[in-house]
Amino acid sequence: MYKSFEFTQKLKTFLIALMVIGAVLTIAGVFLNLDHTHRIWANVLLNGFYFTAIAMSAFFFVVVHILGESGWHTTIQRIPEAMGQYVPFGGVIMLLVLVGMHDIYHWTHIDPDDTVLLGKAPFLNPLFFSVRTVVYILVWTLLVRKIRKLSLASDESTDIKLFTRSRNWAGIFIVLFAITSSTSAWDWIMSIDSHWYSTLFGWYIFVSTFVAAVSVIIILLFVLRRMGYMDHVNDEHMHDLGKYLFGFSIFWMYLWISQYLLIWYSNIPEETIYYVTRQNDFELIFWANVIINFLAPFLILMPRGTKRKMNWLLIAAIIVFVGHWIDMYVAIWPGAIGHAEFGVLEIGMTILVAGIFLFLFFKQFAKAPVVPENHPYFKESFDYDNIR
Amino acid sequence: MKNKTYVSGYFPDDKDLIIAIKELQEKNVDITDVRTPFPVHGLDKVLKMRRSRLPRAGFIAGTIGAVIGFGFQAWVFTEAWPLNFGGKPYLSVPSFVPVTFELTVLFAAFALVFGFLLRSHLGPGADNHIFDEEVTNDRFQILLEAKDGQVDSLQESLQSVGALGVQLHEVKS
Repeated sequence: MYKSFEFTQKLKTFLIALMVIGAVLTIAGVFLNLDHTHRIWANVLLNGFYFTAIAMSAFFFVVVHILGESGWHTTIQRIPEAMGQYVPFGGVIMLLVLVGMHDIYHWTHIDPDDTVLLGKAPFLNPLFFSVRTVVYILVWTLLVRKIRKLSLASDESTDIKLFTRSRNWAGIFIVLFAITSSTSAWDWIMSIDSHWYSTLFGWYIFVSTFVAAVSVIIILLFVLRRMGYMDHVNDEHMHDLGKYLFGFSIFWMYLWISQYLLIWYSNIPEETIYYVTRQNDFELIFWANVIINFLAPFLILMPRGTKRKMNWLLIAAIIVFVGHWIDMYVAIWPGAIGHAEFGVLEIGMTILVAGIFLFLFFKQFAKAPVVPENHPYFKESFDYDNIR
Repeated sequence: MKNKTYVSGYFPDDKDLIIAIKELQEKNVDITDVRTPFPVHGLDKVLKMRRSRLPRAGFIAGTIGAVIGFGFQAWVFTEAWPLNFGGKPYLSVPSFVPVTFELTVLFAAFALVFGFLLRSHLGPGADNHIFDEEVTNDRFQILLEAKDGQVDSLQESLQSVGALGVQLHEVKS
């Protein structure tokens, strides 16, 4: 009844070409920057983290709806599910960061009289950091594989136990991800500015990647519809995705201002240094970040109509996707490099990793029917509409 | 003054309600009102109701709230009563954000609530005839206004689509 997705040779060739272009640009960029390797590693970290976190947040989207016993998401569930399967591969890129951590993280080479970092050393030391990185990747891989397996098994059987078991695993996922999403953000991103800390940072990064994940779901949905799949997704489902993008963009802004406001008010030098470097050396993209990630989706998606029109939704999604890449850039670059740099290396690495991400997504997406037809709430997902 | 006559019938389930409405519409029966204990998905579409204009009122009021919130603070802290807080500039935009936000929400919420009450003839002092108190609990009621000599046919058509407790109401208009 529903056409299964076919990963055509044409698409494969296109994505491989994309990866090759990305790889060539990356190699060119690497050779151009051989004398400042910290820029290379910052790029690896940025793209490695961004896409891994998007994959994980997309899977979080599925898990939340499993736990909330919602129905509408079953029509698009297979998209974030397949996105989540990128986690182990993104994890490999994150393992690469371990090789270059000396170039990004200041705490890997502490001055003997730096008491602040010496105090943090029991947590922030190369060995424990590497262990944590490996643990995150392993735990996340286990979780996304397990829940995906249960979902795929439901295509073969109508046993309700599959549903209840996936709910149990979703509970475990939520608990573990609540902890690891925060700690991984501290480890991978916040510890770049080694002396600085913010208790809000984990949520801030998580929401940032969650918004990005929703935008990628929308973009992939659009691409799949263009290829003639997912025709069953109607305006109501778009509307709900639009609401996600709209609402969480506002939530992102809320966390951004919460973090900024407290630091601005209390005006303590060791805290304000984080924003001082960003406002002085990254002035343009620091403010552009707020406009792109908040004002643009806020104003575009406010009317009901734009959330229900795929083209408007797509525009907002692309803006937000690029915007949160910039958000990560603003989080990483000042601490790791100190001044804004953008060139062949950044573009190439992003295209390369995005190409890998897309290739693996389509490969996973082709493995199963485009909808979980035996899901207990599948029929319900067409039997609703948004109140006007 | 002439009294208005209404015929009402209720359904214990919202799915039956929607089906019944569709059947009544096929028989060209004009539905005056439908009363439900909670918003029923798809009801507006079936009744072909116009989209609510409340969001627009909310947006306009919210914008006014934002302008007032920001403007008032800016005026107070630069012109009317400048105070120095920890050496920060008088026009400190970050510190205005929470109040601006709150006033935006407050104005929008007020406009929505009172706009809604006004538009649906509800709120303090409203004098609406109560057709069935159980509508606030678990009944989904269809209300048909009966013109002269229509009463019997309307009652019949309500019963034929499966409505329970079909009865007649005389309401002072």
